[in-house]
Amino acid sequence: MSLLLIAIAAVVVNNFVLTYFVGICPFIGVSKKIDAALSMGIAVTFVMTLTSIVTWVITDVILNKLNMPYLEYVAYIVVIASLVQLVEMFIKKTSPSLYKALGIYLPLITTNCAVLFVALLQAMRNYNLVQATVFGFSAGVGFTLAIVIMAGIREQLEMADVPRPFRGAAITLVTASILALAFMGFSGLIAA
Amino acid sequence: MAGTSIVSEFTKGFGRENPTFVQVLGMCPTLAVTTSVANGLGMGLATLFVLFFSVLITVIIKKIVPDGVRMAVYTVVIATFVTIADMFLRAYVPPISKALGPYVPLIVVNCIILGRIEAFATRNTAGRSLVDALGMGAGFTASLIILGAIREILGSGKLLGFQLLGSGFHPLLVMVLPAGAFLTLGLLMAIFNAVKDRDSFVVVEGR
Repeated sequence: MSLLLIAIAAVVVNNFVLTYFVGICPFIGVSKKIDAALSMGIAVTFVMTLTSIVTWVITDVILNKLNMPYLEYVAYIVVIASLVQLVEMFIKKTSPSLYKALGIYLPLITTNCAVLFVALLQAMRNYNLVQATVFGFSAGVGFTLAIVIMAGIREQLEMADVPRPFRGAAITLVTASILALAFMGFSGLIAA
Repeated sequence: MAGTSIVSEFTKGFGRENPTFVQVLGMCPTLAVTTSVANGLGMGLATLFVLFFSVLITVIIKKIVPDGVRMAVYTVVIATFVTIADMFLRAYVPPISKALGPYVPLIVVNCIILGRIEAFATRNTAGRSLVDALGMGAGFTASLIILGAIREILGSGKLLGFQLLGSGFHPLLVMVLPAGAFLTLGLLMAIFNAVKDRDSFVVVEGR
């Protein structure tokens, strides 16, 4: 499969949030304002790309060689947790302004299932290192796209008179449903 | 929580502290695998298993775990039980394992589990924590079964593989697609709110 196809599939056709349902927690929680959503998206993209690369190395070079695939999940989650920690320290040192902008969202990425999902899918699909890198990055872009669109809609929704029982998470989910319906339009784009 | 009875510690998972409809936790598996009742039940029971045993280990080791690394320790405990659950499903119920696919390992980052450990098990007695874990797991399973049943009936006209609605019924394909998942959960949550509204109104805040 060519790299371009992997990228398009991960960004729009099989969008992580809207077709695989991963990363729903930040998608609902951090989608009230566009700039916060964008910061979250960028942080997630960054971590996803790194995670995809590092877990590829770990799966292919260590776990498979030592015949210990059963340690997969434990290894992945430890990798992700330490990566997030590392990224946090790195950004804090090099760019305090970015650190301030991302703030509390960084540690939250550890429990973002989208990141673990990237690691699992690239292992399951037997991608090579380049494919895994492109896949990780594109999945992050797809996540960013979805969360920013959602934030845009929700900023408008603030002004609408939502029926009481629907306020909060319920109306967000119904909105996401319509968004998912729109993204289904991409499904014929490539046969994946 | 000291004043509440053991029974209400269990039942709160179904009602006022239901993880899905009230706390809005564990959304990923909730939406992804509830295309049918069987899948929802499988995911619910797998989560219940992981939750119960992770809490069991937590209450045993919580006194010796240093505060700074507790998250990492608990996460590794959870990941271990998820691996066990995944292997069990793969060995004994391959069709369910296949249908759930990569969503079984995602139980590791299910916020319900870490949430119960962090918010309840580390602060309460062992017995209470285990009852709480059972209640939350069962409440989560019940939510998944409800969602799965609605989507399976409307999406295919069947329930657990049996034809339920007559041949005149045209299956609403959208219900088994992602859009249907979001819609069903959104509407159910609104109904849950409306019912709660009769006693005291609490806005369900998204997480």
